[in-house]
Formats: sequence, structure tokens, C-alpha cells
Amino acid sequence: MNLNATLFAQLAVFFVLAWFTMKFVWPPIMKALDERAGKIADGLAAADKAKTDLVHAEKKAAEELRHARESAAEFRSGAEKQAAQLLEEARTEAARVVSVAREAAEAEAGVAAQRAKEALREQVALLAVAGAEKILRKEINPQAHAELLSQLKSEL
Amino acid sequence: MSSSTENAPVAGDYIVHHLTHLTNTGHKQLAVIDWTVINVDTLFWSISMGALAIIVMIIAARRATSGVPGRLQGAVEMLVDMVETQSKAIVHGDRQFIAPVALTVFVWVLFMNALDFLPVDLVPRAAAEWFGLHHQRIVPTADLNGTLGMSLGVLLLCLYYNIKIKGFGGWVHELFTAPFGNHPLLYPINFAMQMIEFVAKTVSHGMRLFGNMYAGELVFMLIALMGSTATAMGFFGHVVAGSIWAIFHILIVVLQAFIFMMLTLVYIGQAHESH
Repeated sequence: MNLNATLFAQLAVFFVLAWFTMKFVWPPIMKALDERAGKIADGLAAADKAKTDLVHAEKKAAEELRHARESAAEFRSGAEKQAAQLLEEARTEAARVVSVAREAAEAEAGVAAQRAKEALREQVALLAVAGAEKILRKEINPQAHAELLSQLKSEL
Repeated sequence: MSSSTENAPVAGDYIVHHLTHLTNTGHKQLAVIDWTVINVDTLFWSISMGALAIIVMIIAARRATSGVPGRLQGAVEMLVDMVETQSKAIVHGDRQFIAPVALTVFVWVLFMNALDFLPVDLVPRAAAEWFGLHHQRIVPTADLNGTLGMSLGVLLLCLYYNIKIKGFGGWVHELFTAPFGNHPLLYPINFAMQMIEFVAKTVSHGMRLFGNMYAGELVFMLIALMGSTATAMGFFGHVVAGSIWAIFHILIVVLQAFIFMMLTLVYIGQAHESH
């Protein structure tokens, strides 16, 4: 419990240490703390902004989706209409083609029948002539009897 | 720690020996006040602890980044933040020097107090064996010179800030007119009160820390004395009482460092306010 000069030495040490702390310890730590506080504040602000951005984006996405759905429906009905139309066109075209083909076939068949008739007619005429020849056993002059033959031919 | 029975010192001698400082004169100080004497042990340990505190804090400050802090940085930052918060609440004014003073005081006193955790005989015995030093008191805050030295520093800061904030004239005016009022008859009473206040603040500031640490040290010595009887009871008592007191002392060490810092701030804060 004695007092001595240690007192003043301690006093000096006190100020030296305090000065040292003020000079070299306090500023960098406070700087780091302030910077970190700033960073955290920025981070929080960014998070807030991100949240509002997200809400915005979600709203936008929903709207886009609705648009897409609407236009898809539109497309689909358009496509259906077009398909129906195409089908209708194809149907009429097919009907037309079929009728044309039928007409052509009918015409061709008529011609063929005519031709066959003609051929038949000639052959029948020849046959008749040959038959008559045989019956008459006598040559019939085709020139002399041409009129008769042609008359016969037309009658067949 | 505990000496064997054959060379066990008499209890009184043991205590007195442990409470004797290593002085520059080489012998015990006889007068109560003797400005020619310096307690070498107190100075050595207080400067060592001050240097240690500064080194730890400088390492933390050097590495301080605004990114993710490490453990040391986190611990020092918590400390700095605590001191900053306290000083902001107590001192209204420029705290560029005051807050670092409070931090220094807290860490320094904490480290000096913590020397009390070393076994009471460890360092004195080592000093005697290896360096031939016969006296060694390692807790600078258990030396009145150590604590009063610091509280005197706080007093000087109080005077400095009184003059800085209020101007020399304003401060002298306050010395004579506060706390009782501005009347010529009250001047001497006011002045006397102010002087008593300054002295009481400073003495109690230093004495409080000294008393706590001195008492703590003394109790450790008494517990060590119990062990030095080298009986089963003594050994048991030493272990149990020593453990309890050391655990309790953790609280005292931190608490006293905190109180010393807070009072430093409060006294300097008062210097910033007009009565």
C-alpha cells in the first residue's frame, strides 16, 4: 500500500497505450465495421429490390402465359377452320375428279362400244357375204352387190 | 505451489513475502510515500500486458476486413463495438481519443487482472530460481501505484476536456458556481465541493480496482497457505477453495475491468457537461 514513482510511470504508460490504440487499433477496426455495415445495408437493399423484381417478373410471366394461351387458342381455332376448309376443298376436288374420270371412262366406253359395234358389223357383213356365197355357191360380185351389202350393213 | 512441511514458511512471513514488491532500491519500501522508489515488477508486468493487449488488437486491426471476420477479428470487433456503444451513450462530443482510451483501459486492465489466475507461487518461484529475484508481485492492478496511475491519467483527461469544452474561464466559473449556485457566499463552498469531487473520483476510481484485485490476490495466498500444510485436509481445501475462488475470480477480473472502463467514460463524460 505504499505510493512511489511507479505511479507516474504507470501514468505515462497509460497515455502511451491510449495514444497507440487511437493511432493504430481503433481506426482500421472502425473502418472495417463501418464498411461491413454499409455492405450489409446494401445487401439488404438489394434483397428488397430482388423481391420486388421477382414479384414484377412473376406478374409479367403470368401475363405472357395468358397471352400465349390466348394466341394458341386462336391459332388452334384458325387451324381447325383451315383444316375443315381444306377438307371441304379436297372433298369437292375429289368429287370433281371422280366425275371427270367417270365421264371420261363413260365416253371411252361409248367409243369402244361403237368401235366394237362397227367391227362387229363389218365382220357380220363379211360373214353374211361368206354365208351367202356359200349358200349361193356362186360368186357374188362385190362391186355388183355393194349396194346390197351396204344396205345390209346399215341394217345390222 | 505448496511447499513441503520441513521448509514451510510461517504464514505471516509467507504473506508478507508475497506482498513485497521488487523495487529499484533492492529492499522493501519503508516510508508510505517515497518518490525515489519504483516497483520494477509492477512496471514490468503492466507494460508487458499493455504490449500484449496492443499486439493482439493490432493483429486484429491489421487483418480487419469488411468481409467475413475470423474469430480474433470477431472478438475484437465485439469489444470495439461494445466500447463504441458505451462511449457514444456516455460521452457527448468528439470521441476520437476517448473511445480508444476506454478500449485500451478495458483490455489492458483485463489482461493485468487476468495475471491473478497464475498460481501465486509460480512466477515468484521462477523469478527466484532463474533470475535471483527475491520478490515478485505480478498483478499490477493489485498495486495501488498501478491503479492510481491510471485513475490519475483519467483525472488529467477530465481536466483537459473540462478546459477544452468549457474554456478555461468557463471551467473556473463552474468551479465556483456549481453545484450550489452563483452567489459570492457560496463560492468557497462550491470550490471545496468541486475539489472534493475530483479527489474522491480519482481516489475511488483507483482504489476500487486496487482493493478488488488486492483482496483477490490475498485470498489466493491464504488458499495456497492451506495447501502448504501438506495435510489431506489442506490439500482438499486448497483444491476446492482454489477452484471456487478462481472461477469466481473470472467474474471479478472481467467485471472490474469493465467497471474501470465505464467509470473512465463516465468521468470524462461529466467533463463534457456543464453543471
